[in-house]
Amino acid sequence: MIIDVYNKLTVLSDSAKYDVACTSSGVDRKGKFGSIGSAAKAGICHSFSADGRCISLLKVLMTNVCIFDCKYCVNRVSNDIERVAFTPHELAELTINFYRRNYIEGLFLSSGVIKSPNHTTEQLIKALELLRSVYHFNGYIHVKAIPGADSELITRLGLLADRMSINIELPSQESLTLLAPNKTKESILRPMGLITAKIQENCTDLVKYRHASKFVPAGQSTQLIVGATPDTDHKILTLTEGLYKKYHLKRVFFSAYMPVAENSLLPSMDTKPPLLREHRLYQADWLLRFYGFEAKELLDEQNPNFNLQVDPKCNWALNHLEKFPLEINKAPFEMLLRVPGIGVTSAQRILMARRNSPIDFSGLKKIGVVLKRAQYFITCKGKIMDGLKVTSDGTIRALMADQYKLPSPYPEQLSFFNEPFITREDVQQCLTGQI
Amino acid sequence: MLDGTDLIYAYDGSFEGLMCCVFESYQRKEIPSVIRPPSVQETLFDTAKWIETDEQKADRVYNSIPMKISPQAQEFVKLGFLTCDPHKEMLIFRFLRLGFKHGGKVMMMLTDDTVCSLQKAVRHLTSESHKFKGFVRFSVYGEVLIAVIEPKNYVLPLLSPHFCDRYRNERFMIYDKTHGMALIFQSQKAELIFVEELTLPDVDSAELEYRRLWKQFYKTIAIEGRNNPRCRMTFMPKRYWSQMTEFDEIVGLAQWQVAETGAKEPQTSLCTLDARSTYKISPDYKVTKKDLFHV
Repeated sequence: MIIDVYNKLTVLSDSAKYDVACTSSGVDRKGKFGSIGSAAKAGICHSFSADGRCISLLKVLMTNVCIFDCKYCVNRVSNDIERVAFTPHELAELTINFYRRNYIEGLFLSSGVIKSPNHTTEQLIKALELLRSVYHFNGYIHVKAIPGADSELITRLGLLADRMSINIELPSQESLTLLAPNKTKESILRPMGLITAKIQENCTDLVKYRHASKFVPAGQSTQLIVGATPDTDHKILTLTEGLYKKYHLKRVFFSAYMPVAENSLLPSMDTKPPLLREHRLYQADWLLRFYGFEAKELLDEQNPNFNLQVDPKCNWALNHLEKFPLEINKAPFEMLLRVPGIGVTSAQRILMARRNSPIDFSGLKKIGVVLKRAQYFITCKGKIMDGLKVTSDGTIRALMADQYKLPSPYPEQLSFFNEPFITREDVQQCLTGQI
Repeated sequence: MLDGTDLIYAYDGSFEGLMCCVFESYQRKEIPSVIRPPSVQETLFDTAKWIETDEQKADRVYNSIPMKISPQAQEFVKLGFLTCDPHKEMLIFRFLRLGFKHGGKVMMMLTDDTVCSLQKAVRHLTSESHKFKGFVRFSVYGEVLIAVIEPKNYVLPLLSPHFCDRYRNERFMIYDKTHGMALIFQSQKAELIFVEELTLPDVDSAELEYRRLWKQFYKTIAIEGRNNPRCRMTFMPKRYWSQMTEFDEIVGLAQWQVAETGAKEPQTSLCTLDARSTYKISPDYKVTKKDLFHV
């Protein structure tokens, strides 16, 4: 029987790996006597796979049987692959035994759609109920809500899990119709809205009754595929911002499209996953969540995609040189956050340190500010950094120096003659890709 | 005040001992240039001044920290003592002198060399201990879970609350090979003890099977097209790999053979966590209360 589990684990984790979310964050829960497990708010990574992604949860499908035919997915009904399913008991044994050995932080359970969305959800509930009440598992559980399932079932599922997610996958209705004919925007957004409403309702319940059971205490997340359809970064980022604001999502994940199927509607099989583009989207996502940026500040209709050479924050700073240089000892927190090379932690440390005494450049370095990037945008006690040559092309070269090795627009060659004077406009245009 | 550039304090390596060094410095109005634990070799022409550990003096210094500086500073100093910084004694010493002079705002003097270096060392400690919350790998021996770690900093006191809370119904042991210490949790009680060596029995077939399943999962979950070994190394440097189940083939180490060859000294006492695994407690068994801060 255990050999059987080995094969099932191989097939079902292989099918689940394209889901990028593997965080175990968002909820603090103490251990309980008689149970095994706890949850840590910051999340804990238990390992890192060869692709550099964190392994925190046992990420598997309940089954890879699926009646849907989403073109981009390995588990689509038209794909000829081996189909298997875990029994709830096998899944619980595996989770508990991995958890005891501290391999994992909990379970990430997803599933193909077997028979109907409702039937699938019932199966998930059965498995989680067994794990929670018979095996007394008190660790983290992330579960997928199945698009199209009844509200009542989703509510029951949510009471067993810490986090729930529904993947939007494709950022527009047109793309959905084309590539995921069994899903509609409505079938995805309705349960998402339901979860949001339930979480809010649960919050007021918890105020009223201390022992009200918790509904997805770690919130919900979703995932968008990048590069399978012609949707622009602007569209993706605007959608992301909307999801944070309207549905109060905890996270939106981006997944660079990996070709797993030959289809005339999809990029060809030898397409490289747009990893750098995915990285830029994550950087922008951080700017939205922690740096007080808005999507419309980063991208617009004229510049619908991120510059691959410069990160979004640098790009913004170079487009708003009129706001710089900033005096470190006076600037408000919100503006410190906008300086390239200063992150949330160093901005907080600056606030703390300058209450005590004025900060100079060597102090900034000790605080952890990346001066290499920040130096062009700041002054300390009214002075720019010693030996800093502020020329537009110097700035651009320095800022690009540690970026990805793309062919430089300026050939590196010593010259007897001065290089032609480059205006600020030139630099901006070059960086924003308007040339 | 005598600011002797060649004044060296030698102490017994305990936290109380270090507090006594601070006491001595204030009492004699002198500043040492080095505070040396017993583990560091004496140099030729060494004229170190031995500082005797005195519980009462230590308490006076320790208890004055929250009053004269701040409770956070006390916590900070305790953490500082657990770090692997080779100059941690002098850092803590200078931090305390600075604190007694400036009061609570010393915690905000982030641009000061001493404060900054001590903070870096403490960050190294806390981030390593956070990593070990995930990277510790237990093996099941009968009813007992046993893990071995090789941390740079002394992380066991920081790991203790996390694992004791998580595995409330288990009996477990985490053996810190670097520092020769072990955290033992059984019947709802945690203990930190010095352990010289650890001999473990063979594992059973169920344990081997779950290791195999885990290795298979580890391999399968990586997406080939995104292979990025450098990124993995950044998050999980190779020094952690030797005690992790998923790498025991790659590293080529027999993970559970941690026993050192030959017992040099007679066994003073033999504890048994499980009938089959034995560990030897070191003869100079001495645990002071402040070594066990968080247990």
